[in-house]
Amino acid sequence: MDEFPDGVSRPGDDHQEDRRFFLKQSLAIAGLTFAPVSFLQAAELDTPIDPADKVKIALTINGTQRRLSIDPRSTLLDLLREQLGLTGTKKGCDFGQCGACTVHIDGQRTLSCLSFAVMQQGRKITTVEGLSNGTQLHPLQEAFIKHDGFQCGYCTPGQLMSAVSCIREGHASSEAEIQEYMSGNLCRCGAYPNIVKAILDVKTGGDPV
Amino acid sequence: MKPFQYIRPTRLKDAIEAVASNPNARYIAGGTNLIDLMKRGIVSPEKLVDINGLPLKKIEKKTGFLRIGALALNSEVAQHRLVLENHPLLAQALNAGASGQLRNMATVGGNILQRTRCPYFYDPVFPCNKRKPGTGCGALEGINRTHAIFGLSENDPAQSCIAVHPSDFCVALSALDATVLVVGTKGERRIAFGDFHRLPGNSPDLDANLEKDELILAVEIPDAVFTKHVHYLKIRDRASYAFALVSVAAALDLENNRIKAARLALGGVAHKPWRLFEAEKALVGQPVSETTFQKAAELAMPSAKAFAHNAYKLKLVPNAIVQALKSAAALV
Ligand SMILES: Cc1cc2nc3c(=O)[nH]c(=O)nc-3n(C[C@H](O)[C@H](O)[C@H](O)COP(=O)(O)OP(=O)(O)OC[C@H]3O[C@@H](n4cnc5c(N)ncnc54)[C@H](O)[C@@H]3O)c2cc1C
Ligand code: FES
Ligand code: FES
Repeated sequence: MDEFPDGVSRPGDDHQEDRRFFLKQSLAIAGLTFAPVSFLQAAELDTPIDPADKVKIALTINGTQRRLSIDPRSTLLDLLREQLGLTGTKKGCDFGQCGACTVHIDGQRTLSCLSFAVMQQGRKITTVEGLSNGTQLHPLQEAFIKHDGFQCGYCTPGQLMSAVSCIREGHASSEAEIQEYMSGNLCRCGAYPNIVKAILDVKTGGDPV
Repeated sequence: MKPFQYIRPTRLKDAIEAVASNPNARYIAGGTNLIDLMKRGIVSPEKLVDINGLPLKKIEKKTGFLRIGALALNSEVAQHRLVLENHPLLAQALNAGASGQLRNMATVGGNILQRTRCPYFYDPVFPCNKRKPGTGCGALEGINRTHAIFGLSENDPAQSCIAVHPSDFCVALSALDATVLVVGTKGERRIAFGDFHRLPGNSPDLDANLEKDELILAVEIPDAVFTKHVHYLKIRDRASYAFALVSVAAALDLENNRIKAARLALGGVAHKPWRLFEAEKALVGQPVSETTFQKAAELAMPSAKAFAHNAYKLKLVPNAIVQALKSAAALV
């Protein structure tokens, strides 16, 4: 079963209101979707599937268990954005070269554009939507605002997800180290110096990330 | 992207049989190279055999060597205690590659078998003997700034390929005389790292001396004395997150300011990691000095040949060798 009926026209990014409404509605639909009769466990995926078939997978996204029916060709990025309406994760290059699509898989930062969704069976995905605690922003989100860590904001979700990992991995002890370990996230607006300041601020402030 | 069948076997035998029985089946590990190529339609497998269900992640010390499982992630290898203690050069090379995100996805096996980054290989509009044998080489008369200067085919170059192998990790593995442990329908075998990747010759579509069904199980790095004086120097267009224009893996064993043993390998200059045996020999027994290093670097160059846009490498390579050796020897 598809999460969304195909052929739903997706309003363009310039129609913010429409888009929000659409997202709410889509998420509601997604939430109500029945679980298909049988879900494949990892081992059962050994059974070859017809190329035209959809595959059923179960994974956790931002703490919510999801059972989904997907095209094996779908990347995790497209699953999040197109099928689940989680458009916080951005598509910049779609080829691993910009970092805009960075999400956490089982707690590790990865590129969702170079991951097939079908390979994520049983995994825990965290996207930028899962970073804040309700309306309480994550310390890095606060710091990005405080230090002006963005202009257009397109790279920001990826920067944030990467920044969390950069600190968790223990690679945020100096400006130089942050620059090196954040190099996988490009910013067309050149907000780099302020991004580095924001990360260093959170790191030295000692807030848990 | 063309549709494909997806399977995730949990037994080695099933994975190998799945690939052996279908000429268009492929293993997939981290997917960071294969998915890229599939999106561009350069590789279109009918069947993807996800090997992540196989137990190939272990990093373990054996008698005489360190074994790193094919599914160990680049990030895991780069920070593993056994790697840092025994072969810090490997960690340096891995950390110089890609980005934090990609290193969390890329596996040892996938890194070794990643395809070239030659732009003509990635763009189906252009001829490319590596992508489609017999069509010609787009880089030969095109923009060849990042291309090879060593190991070029002596036959008709239009039948060959001047692309370079892009891996940093492999340059260090080559310097450290690693072995690749593989298994296929005909059983297990070990391949010396120097014999693993191929020069282009007249079949540049083949990167490695590996049967299609053969699966990499692990790389094994023999115990070595190169734990202290090592350096991986990577020169690229920007400071990070870029492939090497030229890279040098240098390892020295020093005693009383003399060189007891040396290893040198280059990246970004040939169809495979380029080991400098002659230069290594010339270093042994010599005092640690810039002159020693310069002499060795010169020995690397006679077989080099440049194209229209990569002549800068003829100067960059010896300079980079000297610099890498100086850093390895902590000579400033
Ligand atoms: C933007 C970008 C920048 C990068 N920069 C660098 C860099 O600076 N330096 C560098 O070295 N690399 C760099 N890389 C390349 C990266 O290191 C490789 O993509 C990665 O190592 C491939 O590993 P993987 O596990 O994702 O392989 P996959 O994409 O899963 O597989 C690659 C190939 O190997 C085969 N394969 C995988 N595992 C096995 C196995 N065990 N046995 C047999 N066959 C197998 C697959 O069939 C496939 O043909 C970069 C990549 C990107 C996208
Ligand atoms: S969209 Fe994934 S790295 Fe650019
Ligand atoms: S803020 Fe515009 S791309 Fe980074």
